Amino acid sequence: MNRALIVHRAGPGVTVQDLGRSGYLAFGLSRGGAADRLALIEGATLLQQDVSNAALELAGMGGEFEASEEMRIALTGAPMKATIDGARAVWNASHILPKGARLSIGAAEVGSYGYLHLGGGLHLPEQLGAQSTHLAAGIGATVQAADRLPVGPDDLATTGLTLDRDTRFDGGTIRLVPSLQTEFFDAREITRFEATEFLRDNRANRMGVRIVPQGEGFHTEAGLTILSEVIVPGDVQITGDGTPFVLLSECQTTGGYPRIGSVLPTDLPRVAQAGRGAALRFRFVTLEQAVEAERREATR
Amino acid sequence: MAEMTPTDTPHWPRIRTAGYKGFLISFADRLSEPANRAALAFRDALEQSGMPGIEETSTSLVSTYLRIDALCLDHAAIRSGLYNLLNRQNWFDAALPAGRKLWRVPTVFGTDLAPQLEEAARAAGMTPAQAITSISSSRVRVQTIGFAPGMPYLGELPADWNIPRQTGLTAQVSAAGLCVALRQLVLFPVATPTGWRQIGQTAFRLFRPEADHPFVLRPGDEVLFEPTTPEKLTVMNKDVDGGALSEAIS
Repeated sequence: MNRALIVHRAGPGVTVQDLGRSGYLAFGLSRGGAADRLALIEGATLLQQDVSNAALELAGMGGEFEASEEMRIALTGAPMKATIDGARAVWNASHILPKGARLSIGAAEVGSYGYLHLGGGLHLPEQLGAQSTHLAAGIGATVQAADRLPVGPDDLATTGLTLDRDTRFDGGTIRLVPSLQTEFFDAREITRFEATEFLRDNRANRMGVRIVPQGEGFHTEAGLTILSEVIVPGDVQITGDGTPFVLLSECQTTGGYPRIGSVLPTDLPRVAQAGRGAALRFRFVTLEQAVEAERREATR
Repeated sequence: MAEMTPTDTPHWPRIRTAGYKGFLISFADRLSEPANRAALAFRDALEQSGMPGIEETSTSLVSTYLRIDALCLDHAAIRSGLYNLLNRQNWFDAALPAGRKLWRVPTVFGTDLAPQLEEAARAAGMTPAQAITSISSSRVRVQTIGFAPGMPYLGELPADWNIPRQTGLTAQVSAAGLCVALRQLVLFPVATPTGWRQIGQTAFRLFRPEADHPFVLRPGDEVLFEPTTPEKLTVMNKDVDGGALSEAIS
């Protein structure tokens, strides 16, 4: 296939991402896929195509790209400065990228992960049922300068759609439900956890985000003796030094650190996108409230 | 209050939610062979049950996990379905999975390929030679696959091997490295930092994303790590199975 996106320059964390791969948890392979799944939905909306299309995930920094023929594109996720042949291209919008024009995308102005979507979607060979690069598992690799990424056929012409800027890049309150070891933490620790403000640490990747409490860390006596158990994206692990670590889509499938809670799927993009220094707070909700929140999000 | 009924597992199996999207059915809070078999058998039963709302299942050492669509069937309904299935039989009596294999995996013990053999042997109260004999004559079983793609937890080793993980981390154990702690062996599919001590090096590729069958080992499979030399291992590195041979367990 000739229709392709040509990469002239790429930031250090540019990867191909879709919704990830299901069905391999029992073999130790986590689903992976876009760190911010909501950004994939937004891209699909802006291009009026299916959410299963693969896009480029830009971790913190974009790159310079060229289309082998005229293509529709959309830009979502963490806002980055983007230009097409020097003219500003607004974020959270769909555009035409003319053949041969240079699309230049800079660093994230706020938030962490920007996304470049293409009309027809990226069209790389699937591995284990998905195009997603899974860095931790060694499936695929980061995109490099001189790569030529195949793009699928596109029979639509709609562009110029825009979305309002979302607040998920600014930190905020994250809802959790109890997890496997929540009961190992005494009530005072849970109360303090909910009252504490956390700042996103530099130590963050597609596997998870370390969040630094503004105050003392969190502890449980029972935590040191638990058997390794299933881990899911959203789980908040309390590591040995008392600092929480929120797991994202590319996390390992089992772990031995105690989990104080588990973030609702609908709030996980807010954790993934919190930029360096963005303040996060946590609030426990009941399972019933969680179902209600997820239902609202699904029908939005 | 009623008199306590004497029983060795008063709270097992136990059903808990695991985050918003999951349930975990645990058969024990520490590793045991019956609980491991129960978790594997219960997962099979779940897969065959056709229960609505289930998106994916897996097992850990002693638990069965299921990922659910809570907008399809709510948590209470799924919990009651799980109770019904649990009550169908005594899962601790379940047989091991069918179609199991025995793998013989050539392994270099010690040398600069696996520098912590001596340290691990000392912790187990053995000489390096005794340690090699002990490990290589232990036919261990895959208890679960997890943490990283295709990565087996293998057990159970003789009681001498109930040695703790090291407090510090080894910065990088090489791919296909064999490590020990807590009467278990792990074999890493990719290079990784770890608290387990590396005692051997194999050429066995556990995860082959490009292959038709990307995952080599299954829970219930058994493994013998058979001593070989660094020279032979170099040659076996070119083989797709790293010199490992398998046969059916009948």
